[in-house]
Amino acid sequence: MKKVYSDATAALAGLLRDDMTVMCGGFGLCGIPDELIDAVRESGVKGLTVISNNAGIDGVGLGKLLDTRQVAKMISSYVGENKEFARQFLAGELEIEFNPQGTLAERIRAGGAGIPAFFTRTGVGTKVAEGKEVRAFDGEDFVMERGLFADLALVHAYRGDTEGNLAYRLTARNFNPMMATAAKMTVAQVEHLVEPGEIDPENIHTPGIFVKRIVHVPIREKRIEQRTTRKRAEAAQAAAGGGAV
Amino acid sequence: MAWTRDQMAARAARELEDGFYVNLGIGIPTLVSNFIPEGMSVQLQSENGMLGMGPFPYEGEEDPDLINAGKQTITALPTTSYFSSADSFGMIRGGHINLSILGAMQVAQNGDLANWMIPGKMVKGMGGAMDLVAGVKRVVVVMEHVARNKDGSESPKLLRACDLPLTGTHVVDLVITDLGVFTIDKKGEGGMTLIELADGVSEDEIRTKTEAAFTVALA
Repeated sequence: MKKVYSDATAALAGLLRDDMTVMCGGFGLCGIPDELIDAVRESGVKGLTVISNNAGIDGVGLGKLLDTRQVAKMISSYVGENKEFARQFLAGELEIEFNPQGTLAERIRAGGAGIPAFFTRTGVGTKVAEGKEVRAFDGEDFVMERGLFADLALVHAYRGDTEGNLAYRLTARNFNPMMATAAKMTVAQVEHLVEPGEIDPENIHTPGIFVKRIVHVPIREKRIEQRTTRKRAEAAQAAAGGGAV
Repeated sequence: MAWTRDQMAARAARELEDGFYVNLGIGIPTLVSNFIPEGMSVQLQSENGMLGMGPFPYEGEEDPDLINAGKQTITALPTTSYFSSADSFGMIRGGHINLSILGAMQVAQNGDLANWMIPGKMVKGMGGAMDLVAGVKRVVVVMEHVARNKDGSESPKLLRACDLPLTGTHVVDLVITDLGVFTIDKKGEGGMTLIELADGVSEDEIRTKTEAAFTVALA
């Protein structure tokens, strides 16, 4: 079975319909399947429920689908960087379901692993737990959260082979591996497309069983949301971690 | 004289211990990394999927694939490892992180914390804050002692009970403000205790700026 498609539009052909649920990998603008998002925009599909940790920024990433009003609902943990998002939300045009970031990650992991629900300490006694079952285990309360499974998952990887095996790079991994497992159909955008065997089998992060279609999108300019640097003179005094802005 | 942001961060750094794995929030907590004592091994966790976070890159060496949870460009260290968001929060929820240092809008005397939403304002989301306070063994809040309102008035942030939507219940162990340091017996009945005063700050000043009930046990 051939998994490789010539471009993002071809890779999504026949998969998109109105009101479907789509997972979209990435953290901020890091590790987002931007070319696949562009193809969703061009398709004109609408009424989407999008599961993604963030919602892009204005005009970039998922921000492009917000501009065209293709998104009806977002399931996210943090959406602070997008003015159009705020406008649509405050105007009642867009629904948002906030999930704690770890709960969101685990809901996706669970969905992909065939686990319909799990209990977590996160959110007990807060708005997040409202309307959900709370159960005590060993004297402590936990809230029940449901697994998530989507119609379609769009992920980004650094390398992929023609069998759909994927390897991610640095912190661009984030939500991509779980999302790849948690949809009826997973489409991967890869920066480097290689032959089977070229990725060390011990360093494959997502086995090809999860990836149905793959498209090669050579490296383009990647956007940086918060460019923070230090001057070389400060090298000696910079401690491990942050450093002064 | 109240403590500066750097002095608050330096005080928070005294909570670090050799071998700790630590998650630092955005704002003053990020500054704590500048005060890790020489020779102490502390690994910083970034909840987007990295352990062993290095300093900001030199100009021109930024890598868009290497960012922290605040979406800032950072660098790796020889100790660095990368993992998925699910593994990252497994680490957090599973109690493997020793210390979380984060900011707050309000803290209650029972250890309740509010830091993610103000009703009526645009809500950005809780990000990883709820997971961190629920899962990390020890939670330290670093914040200004009072909130400064638009009309110039001040509102206490250390309260009998939070009136903003909660991030977690019974989660805060220690609060460091610009005026002093408080412990909280978050799982017991011990309440809140003032244990240190910032340089030149009096117990009276703290009393007038604190709504929460607290006992005093200055070192």
